[in-house]
Amino acid sequence: MKLASGAAVLPALGPVWAARADEGPQRLVVVMLRGAVDGLNVVVPYAEPVYYDTRPTIAIPKPGGDNGALALDGHFALHPALASLMPLWNDKKLAFIHAAGSPDPNRSHFDAQQFIENGTPGRPSTPDGWMNRTLAALPGARTPTDALSVGPTLPFILRGSIAVANLPLGPRAAQPMAIDHPQIASAFDQLYAGDSRQAEAYRQGREARTELVADMPNEQQMADNGAPPADAFPGVADRLARLMTKDRHIRLAFAALGGWDTHVNQGNDQGQLAGHLKPLGDGLAALSKGLGPDWNDTVVVVISEFGRTVRENGNRGTDHGHGNAIWLLGGTVNGGKVYGDWPGLADAQLYQNRDLAITTDYRHVLAMVLERHLRLPDAAMAKIFPGMPAMRGDLGRILAA
Amino acid sequence: MPGSSRLLAVFAIVTLLMPTSAHAEPAAPDRQIIHLLNRIAYGPTAALVAHVKAIGIDRYIDEQLDPAALPEPAALTERLAPLDILKLGASELYAKFGPPSVETAKGMPPTQQAMDAHMKAANSILEEARAARLYRALYSPRQLQEVMVDFWFNHFNINAYDGFDLLWIGNYETEAIRPYALGHFRDLLLATARHPAMLYYLNNETNTAPDSPSARDLFSGLNENYAREIMELHTLGVDGGYTQQDVTTLARILTGWGFNYPDFDSGKGSAFAFDPSRHDASAKTFLGQTIPAGGEEQGVAAIDILARSPATAHHIAFELAQYFVADRPQPALVDRLAEKFMDSDGDIKAVLKTLLTSDEFRDSVGQKYKTPYEYVISAVRAGDVDVRNPEPLLGTMARLGMPLYLCQTPDGYKNTEGAWLSPDATTIRIDFASLLASGAFLLYAPPADEGSTRLVSDRTPASELKPRPVDPTALEAMLSPTLGEQTRKTVAAAPEWLKAALILGSPDFMRR
Repeated sequence: MKLASGAAVLPALGPVWAARADEGPQRLVVVMLRGAVDGLNVVVPYAEPVYYDTRPTIAIPKPGGDNGALALDGHFALHPALASLMPLWNDKKLAFIHAAGSPDPNRSHFDAQQFIENGTPGRPSTPDGWMNRTLAALPGARTPTDALSVGPTLPFILRGSIAVANLPLGPRAAQPMAIDHPQIASAFDQLYAGDSRQAEAYRQGREARTELVADMPNEQQMADNGAPPADAFPGVADRLARLMTKDRHIRLAFAALGGWDTHVNQGNDQGQLAGHLKPLGDGLAALSKGLGPDWNDTVVVVISEFGRTVRENGNRGTDHGHGNAIWLLGGTVNGGKVYGDWPGLADAQLYQNRDLAITTDYRHVLAMVLERHLRLPDAAMAKIFPGMPAMRGDLGRILAA
Repeated sequence: MPGSSRLLAVFAIVTLLMPTSAHAEPAAPDRQIIHLLNRIAYGPTAALVAHVKAIGIDRYIDEQLDPAALPEPAALTERLAPLDILKLGASELYAKFGPPSVETAKGMPPTQQAMDAHMKAANSILEEARAARLYRALYSPRQLQEVMVDFWFNHFNINAYDGFDLLWIGNYETEAIRPYALGHFRDLLLATARHPAMLYYLNNETNTAPDSPSARDLFSGLNENYAREIMELHTLGVDGGYTQQDVTTLARILTGWGFNYPDFDSGKGSAFAFDPSRHDASAKTFLGQTIPAGGEEQGVAAIDILARSPATAHHIAFELAQYFVADRPQPALVDRLAEKFMDSDGDIKAVLKTLLTSDEFRDSVGQKYKTPYEYVISAVRAGDVDVRNPEPLLGTMARLGMPLYLCQTPDGYKNTEGAWLSPDATTIRIDFASLLASGAFLLYAPPADEGSTRLVSDRTPASELKPRPVDPTALEAMLSPTLGEQTRKTVAAAPEWLKAALILGSPDFMRR
C-alpha cells in the first residue's frame, strides 16, 4: 500500500498484516464437461488388470509404449492426448481427485448436470446455482463483471440473484454494435428503464459490454454457433486469460464444453475422446500461461456430471456411469498427486456392479476450494451447499495455505 | 329526480352493464388476436391480423388445425422450388452425398481435395434445409403446423453436425415430423423411431444382441442410449416410473432396428431395415407387461405401450402447456390436457383444441419470453420483410446460442425465459432489431454465387443494392395493443429513422 508522502498512515501492526504488494484477487474457473467424460480413460488405472480385461478395444495402452498413457505415479497415468498438461503435473500445479462425484444415483445427463450446478444433489427444486451463491458470499460490493460466463446463454450454475456477465463468442462479438451509438443507446436506456427482469438484463448487458469489449481483437477462427465446440477452447482460454488479467473485478468464470457422451466408437489413445481431450488440455495449458502471475491466485476445477461404465459396451464405447475424476489446476494446488480414496475395479467394488464407485462427494472438493482459496468462512458453506454431509478425511492438503 | 339519487341510478345502471368475472378482465379483442398469433403463429402480420378479425378467433383456430386445406401461396412455393436436395429420399441422400459419393482411387484413401468437395456438398444439405424451414415459418399460412414442426423437432431432437445426420437433416423433418405434427402421437413416435437420423443420433443402429448370429465388430452388443432417451425424453419423462431393468429390456427389444445398407449404396428403397440376425427375439417383460417372443413387432409393441402410458400423456401435456401457456404451467391445465391425450388416444389436434380454448391460455397474455428462433422470425414477419437470403437470420440465431438444427443434446432447445434471457442476449437482440429495421441486412437480395457480381433476380448489380427499411408507422399501428406506456412514449419522442428499431427491440416485442 502506497503511503502518501510524509504521512504515517498505516497503524503499526507489523509484517503479518501486510498484504503482498502483488497479491491479486483469488479466482475460481470452473470448466464443466457436459455429457459425462470417461474419467477412467483420462486418469487411467493402468496398474489394474481389470481395466484391460473390461476394455478390450478402448483401453489406453500402458505407459512406456508408443501410444501409451503418460505415467502419473505407480498406479495411474494420463491420457496421452493431454500431454500439454504434463508440465503442470511435473511442476506440481495439477492434481486429480479420483472416484469423486455426485452421490445421487441418477444417470440422466440433464438431471445429473442440474445436481452438479445447483449444488444440491437429489433436490431439483433449488432455484439457483452454487456459483451464484458463492458470488453472494464474496465480501465487498458487487460489480458487473465479478462473474463471467462463456457464451450467450446463462447456465444454471450461475443463475441466481447476483448479475453475471457473458463473454461473447464468435467473430461478430467485438465488432461495433448499434448500441454503441450514443443516440441509440440513450433511446434504448429509456425503453428499458424500470425493474423488470428484462430491464435488469438490459442494464447489465450495457455495463458489461463497455467493460469487456473495449479492445478485444477479432477471432475469425471461432465457429459462430453459440456454444463453443471442443476445438474452440484454446481460443476461449486465451481470451479468458486476457480478460482476467485486465479486469481485476473478475472472480469467477465458467465454461462448458460438450461432446463427451461416447456411447459408440470412443476410441482409445486415438479417436473420438482423444480428439476432444487434446484441445481441452491445450486450452488449460494456455490459460495457465496467459494468466501470468495471476496464475498464483487462480484455481481451475474441471468436472463432469458422472463418469462412464467400467466395461466397454457392444459398440466400442461406454454408457452412463457414476464415479469420475475431478481435475484441479492452479498456482496454489499441491499437485503432482492423484487424491481420493480409490475403491478399485473388481466386481465387488463397483457401484451397482457396473460403475466406478464414489468415495469423495464433489461438494467437499468445491467447499474446500471455496474455503481455502476464496477464503470464505465455514458459515458460508451452509448457504452455498445446503444439506452437504459432513466431510470425512482431509482434502485440505490439496491446496497450499 | 334529486341529484344524488340520479347519480345513484346512473351508478346502478353502469354497474349492471359491467361484465362480472371471477377472473382478471380478459384482454381487449385486438390484444387477444395478437396474443393468439404470438402463440399459434410466429407473430402477427398486418394481413393475418385482418384475416383473423374477419373470421374470428374460433374459426382461425379451426382453420389452423386443418393445414391441408390451406394452399401454399406463390410467395412460399417459389422460394422452395429451387431447393432440389430436399426432394431426395434418405437412401438417395446417403448414396449421393454420403460415403459412396466420395471420390477415391481404387484401394486408396480419399484425397484432401475429394474430402473438401464432399464436405461442401454435404453442407449444402444443411443450407437448403435451414432455408426451407425459415421460409415456411415466415411465409406459410399453415402457421400452427410450422409451430408444431419446430416443437416436435425439439422434442425428438437430432443434431445436423453429428456424423451422418448431416445427410438427413431436412429429410428427417419432411418424412418423420411434418406429416405427423398434428396427427396421433404414436404415429409420430414410430416415424422417428424408424428414421435413420434418429437411429444414428441415439446409437440404435448398432444396437445388437451380443449372442446373435451377426454380432461382430461395431455391431457386437447392446447399446442402451436410445432405449433410455426414448423413455426419459420422448415419452414417459424422467419420473415416468421406468427402471434400469426396463432400459436394458427396451434396448434388447430394439436390437436390429437399423439401416438398410444395400439400399443405401444403391440410393433406392427404404432407409430403415429390421435385421433379425442381430435381434434378441426372446419373450420379455417391459414396464410390467409381457411382450411375446418375436421380431420387429416387439419394438412396435413397446412403442405402443410407451405411447399409451399415462406418464407419457402427462409428460407431453406438460410440454405443450409450457410451450403455449407459461413456463410453469398450471397443474390443473396439465391434468386436463393429459386426460384429453388419454381419451383421444394421443390425438394432438384434440389436445391442442382443448388447450387453445382454455381460460389459462386466454389469460396468459405476454407471459412467455420469445426464444431466439421465435424472436427473429416474428420480427421479420412484423416488419413485412422480403427474405431471399436467410443467412443473416440464421447467423443471429447462432449468435444468440440457438443455431438451427445444431442443438447438441437430445433434449432439444428449451422455450423458457430462464434459458434465454441474459444481458448478452439482450444486447445482441437489440443489435439485430436495429439492423433489421434499417434494412442493412439486404435480406431481399439472394446470396451471391461464388465468383458472381451478385445480381439479384431483377438483375440489379450488387453496387446498387439499397437498404429497404421497415415502415415504422404500419409496424406501430399493428403492434399498438401490445406496447406499454414507456415504449409508446419513447417511440413517440424518437426520430423517424429509429422508431422501428425501438419497437422491434422493445421489451414488449421480446415477449409473446
